[in-house]
Amino acid sequence: MSGIVVSAPPISSGDAVADFERNRLALIRARRSKEILFAFLFAAMFVFSVIVGEVNIATLVEGVPGFFNYISDTIPPIRADSVVADVREWYWAFPKWLMLLFDTVVIAFLGTFIGTVGALVFCFAGSRNLVSSGWVYFIARRLTEIARAVPELVYAMIFVFAFGLGPLPGVLAIAVHSAGALGKLFAEVNENVDMGTVEGVRASGGNWFQIIRLAVIPQVLPNYLSYALLRFEINVRSAAVIGFVGAGGVGQELMFVIRQFVYTDVSALVLMIIVTVSLIDMSCEKLRHRFIPEQQTA
Amino acid sequence: MLKIDGLSKHYSTVKAVDDVSLEIPTGQMVGIIGRSGAGKSTLLRLINRLADPTGGALSCDGVDVTALTGRDLRQWRSRCAMIFQQFNLVNRLDVITNVLIGRVGHRPTLSTLVKKFTVAERALAIQALHRLDMDVQALQRAETLSGGQQQRVAIARALMQEPQILLADEPIASLDPRNATRVMEALQTINREDGITVMVNLHHLDTAQEYCDRIIGMAAGRVVFDGQAKDLTASLAREIYGQESEDAGIAELPDIPVSAPIPKPAAAVAVAGA
Ligand SMILES: Nc1ncnc2c1ncn2[C@@H]1O[C@H](COP(=O)(O)OP(=O)(O)OP(=O)(O)O)[C@@H](O)[C@H]1O
Ligand SMILES: [Mg+2]
Repeated sequence: MSGIVVSAPPISSGDAVADFERNRLALIRARRSKEILFAFLFAAMFVFSVIVGEVNIATLVEGVPGFFNYISDTIPPIRADSVVADVREWYWAFPKWLMLLFDTVVIAFLGTFIGTVGALVFCFAGSRNLVSSGWVYFIARRLTEIARAVPELVYAMIFVFAFGLGPLPGVLAIAVHSAGALGKLFAEVNENVDMGTVEGVRASGGNWFQIIRLAVIPQVLPNYLSYALLRFEINVRSAAVIGFVGAGGVGQELMFVIRQFVYTDVSALVLMIIVTVSLIDMSCEKLRHRFIPEQQTA
Repeated sequence: MLKIDGLSKHYSTVKAVDDVSLEIPTGQMVGIIGRSGAGKSTLLRLINRLADPTGGALSCDGVDVTALTGRDLRQWRSRCAMIFQQFNLVNRLDVITNVLIGRVGHRPTLSTLVKKFTVAERALAIQALHRLDMDVQALQRAETLSGGQQQRVAIARALMQEPQILLADEPIASLDPRNATRVMEALQTINREDGITVMVNLHHLDTAQEYCDRIIGMAAGRVVFDGQAKDLTASLAREIYGQESEDAGIAELPDIPVSAPIPKPAAAVAVAGA
C-alpha cells in the first residue's frame, strides 16, 4: 500500500456526498408516496370486492364446521386391529379407479400434445418480429385469444353436447384451450429471440421457413418444451375437473359418487387425484429444470 | 461490377444514406469509413437488400438489384454474403451447421429444414473452416467459441454461399487486436485468392489504410471521400470523423497527401503484439 497517495480534494468530495444524500432522500420520499398510494388503492379494491362479492364473515364462520363435518364424514373408520381390511374396503374399486385416473392423464397428455401442435402453427404468425404483414399477425393473435379466453370446462360442455359423453370431448376441450394459452406464450418467446441471428440467416438468402427453422427454433425450443410441460401439469388437473360435465376420466366418476352421497368413495378418489397430480407436478418440474438450466443460474 | 446510382434511404427524419453513387469493380477491396451514424451499415444493408432503398438504383452486372423480389431477391442475398459486428451465428447450433447455413440459397427448402446436406457440402464446409483455421472446432456449439473464432465461423459461412461480393459490417469492432488482425487478413486473402469483391465498414482509419485498395469516407449519409489511402488528408479525415477524430486515430495525418502509408501509432503496435 505504499507509493501512490490518493488525496481527494475535501471540499468537492464533501459536496458530492451531501448532494448524493439529498438526492437519495428525495428519491426515497418519492418512492414512499407512491407506495402509500398503491397501498391505499389496494385496500379500496379489497373492500369494494368484499362488498360486491357479498363476502359475509358470519356466513363464512358458520360454514366452517359444515366443511370439516363433510370431510370427516367422507373418511371411513380405520381401526388399528384391521387396517388392511379397512383400507381394502375403502378402496374397494381400486383397479377401476386406477384405470379412470390413467384415462384422465391420457386425456391431459393428448390434449396437451394436440394443443402444442396447434400453438406451433399459430405462434410464428403471431410474432410481431417474424411477420411483415399486420393482418397475418392480427388474425393469428385474435385466434389464439379466442381459443384461450373460453375455459376448458365450457369447451368440454360444448363438445360433450356435440360428440357425446366420453374422453374425446375432454381431449378436444383441453387441446383448444392449450393451443390458445401456449400460442400466446410461444409467440412471446419468439418475440424475444436474438434478431441478429435471424438477420444472419436472412442475409444468407434464407426464406421464411428456413429462418424459422434455422434461426428461431434452435433459440426457443427449450422454452417451448418447458411451457408445454407446465401446461401438461395444469391440464392433468383440468382433465380431472372437466370429467364433471361428462368428458371422461376420473372426474366423471367423482361427480357420480358425490351425487350419490357415497362418502367414502369421494375421499378415496380425491386422495388418489391429489397423489397423482403431485407426482406429475414434481416430475415435470424436474424435467423442466433440465431443459432450461441457465434459468436457474440467471 | 456493382453500380450504385443515387441510392438513398430516408427514415422519417434521418437521411441515413443520401444520394450515394459508386462504381465498385469486381475484385476490389473497399473500406468504408465514417463516424457513428454516418450511414455505413445502412449502405451495406441496402446493397444486400436487408433494407429497401427509398430512392435511387443499384445494379450488378446489368441486373437491377432494387427490382428483385421473392426467390430472385434471396438468390441475390446468397451471392452477396454479409458478416456482422455481432457475428450473428446461431448460438445453439454447432459450428459446422452454422457454416452449412450458408447453403440455404443453394438447396431445396425441405432438405434444409431437416438440416440435411450432402457429403460434398460438408466437405466444402470443413475446407472453408480449415482455411480459417477453425476446422478443429467443427462440432462445438457456436456459443462456446471466442468472439474472434465466431467471426471466423461467420466468414466460413459467407464463403459457403460462394458469393461474388462479401459485405462486412464492422467485423472487427468487438475483437481484440490480435483477433482483429486475423479476421482482416482472412478477408484480404479471400479478396486476393478468390477474387471476391470485399466491402468492409471500419471504424479505424489505420485498418482501412492497411488492407484496402480504396477508401470511401461517409458523413451524414453522403460520400465525402472516394480514393486511395494516400490521398486522404488530415482535414478531410477530420471532416469525416468530426468529434471522433481522436479515437479513430487520425491525429497523425499530415495536412497534405502523402504517398507512403501512415505508420501505426506506437501504442497500437504494442497492443497488437500483446
Ligand atoms: N431502422 C432505423 N430507423 C430509423 N433510423 C435509423 C434506422 N437505422 C438506422 N437509422 C439511422 O440512420 C443513420 C445511419 O445509421 P447507420 O447504422 O447506417 O450508421 P453507421 O455509420 O453504421 O454507424 P455506426 O458506426 O454507429 O454503426 C443513423 O442516424 C441512424 O440513427
Ligand atoms: Mg454501423
